[in-house]
Amino acid sequence: MNKYLLYPGCSMESSAKAYMESLDAIMEPLDLHFEEIEDWNCCGATEYLGINLIPAYSLIARNLALAATQAKQMNGTRTVVAPCSACYLNLAKADYYMQERPSLGVKVNEALEAGGLQYEAGTLDVRHLIDILVYDVGLETIRSKVMRSLKGLKVVPYMGCMLPRPDYQHRWSDHEHPTELDDLLRALGADVIDYPLTTSCCGGHMSQIGPETAFELIRRLVADADERGAHLMATVCPMCQMNIDAYQNEMNHFFGTEYHMPILFFTQLMGLAFGLPPSELGIGTELVSSRNALANIGVEVPLTQEPAAPRKKNEGLPMPPRLLKTQQREKEAVK
Amino acid sequence: MPQMTDERVRAGLAREEDLSLLHEVSMKTAGVSHLEMCIQCGTCGGSCPVAMDMDHTPRMLFAMLRAGMREEVLRSNTPWICVSCYHCVVRCPQEVHIADVMYTLKSMAIKAKLYSDSTAPHFSQTFVDMVESYGRSYEFGLATRHYLKHFPLRLPGMMPMGFGMITKGRMAITPKKIRHMDQLRAILKCAKQLELTS
Repeated sequence: MNKYLLYPGCSMESSAKAYMESLDAIMEPLDLHFEEIEDWNCCGATEYLGINLIPAYSLIARNLALAATQAKQMNGTRTVVAPCSACYLNLAKADYYMQERPSLGVKVNEALEAGGLQYEAGTLDVRHLIDILVYDVGLETIRSKVMRSLKGLKVVPYMGCMLPRPDYQHRWSDHEHPTELDDLLRALGADVIDYPLTTSCCGGHMSQIGPETAFELIRRLVADADERGAHLMATVCPMCQMNIDAYQNEMNHFFGTEYHMPILFFTQLMGLAFGLPPSELGIGTELVSSRNALANIGVEVPLTQEPAAPRKKNEGLPMPPRLLKTQQREKEAVK
Repeated sequence: MPQMTDERVRAGLAREEDLSLLHEVSMKTAGVSHLEMCIQCGTCGGSCPVAMDMDHTPRMLFAMLRAGMREEVLRSNTPWICVSCYHCVVRCPQEVHIADVMYTLKSMAIKAKLYSDSTAPHFSQTFVDMVESYGRSYEFGLATRHYLKHFPLRLPGMMPMGFGMITKGRMAITPKKIRHMDQLRAILKCAKQLELTS
């Protein structure tokens, strides 16, 4: 039984709630134990680094300092797990750069001191959730827990960009075509489709600040998944899920396309394979519904919202009846 | 840092102050940027998924840095279009921390007020304001403030999405706050002072 410290990250409590719910649900079958870092703060995403350097790294390092203190009390643990790729990258980056450039470490520690904290870079191991599942828990264990194989579900594995790159600690099988997610989905029995765009960017924050740039990136990913005949995409990152799910509709409007490509977190698919009900896995909270996709493996997702009943004829607002021109003439003739 | 530049200055091929820009950017970047090592091979621009929307490819931007074109570099939209996907970083034969150099250029452009479009800097600033007030990101506040200011016309089209996010419990209307906000404030206050003096 391994114990880990968990850095959930802001999105796990909001837009990626389904990720947290499904992670909670699969922890028991896998005998995994996570202890949340107490009073953790936002990692700054991709925004703070572009404003101020030392405050940005101090913001990230507060979490590392809190985690290191907490790890000491848990004797033996030095691994921080981040399920969000952006959080994972920021934590790993701060830890790495504070070592690569010691003067940064000194300044960050000076700032932390103002809050009564300190962090010695290199104390902790920062790892992503899928890294723990594939390399610590192991594919064999995961395969042994499968109660309902995902056979018949065509999935494209979408790793996203910030997970395998820049890879300061050499944790991934490849920077551009890593296979960890493919292997895991295959262990669940899914029909994994080869997806060369697996580490292409979803647009990140561009969906908010430069939508046209983001729409093109989203279109490439969705169109390619669609052309390859995928039923759905599997992701490891809240940002990727958000861009492809929540902005797909706007992207369709922009290009005049009609794609319908649901995207679920890999933990949701693991939960399904472990035989858990969709309602415990946050399935149904996606905006591009996965209902039809999951029907391929006989999973029934209850409708979260009853579709509005089509309006019956002659039941609309009272409007003058539309008369044909001949009828109009007849009417006038009567007058 | 070895000064490989003296020779060029002595030969009259470059001015001291021009070369100092490259050095300044390199020093302000986290980690060891390797920016001075760029060999202008263009792998970065060729790997970039959004190069078509950039004023200059990263390669060209680095050449401009070396030429001391401070204003043109800081006015370029390139760092703001960069999506931090690190494709260029893992392919760069000289291991230049390209994405981190882009972050440095963004912060320099904000300080010099030289960016060409305010949408991206305002978004970053609003995000940071939220984090500095609550210790967590606050999507609802961020989205409403940002869209009202920069994309009011996008709002009607966004309504179904926003409504969906709220009804599906994926966007809270009120912010979450960390417990030791005073501690975080003290750390950031000190860090900002260090930033000014460094």
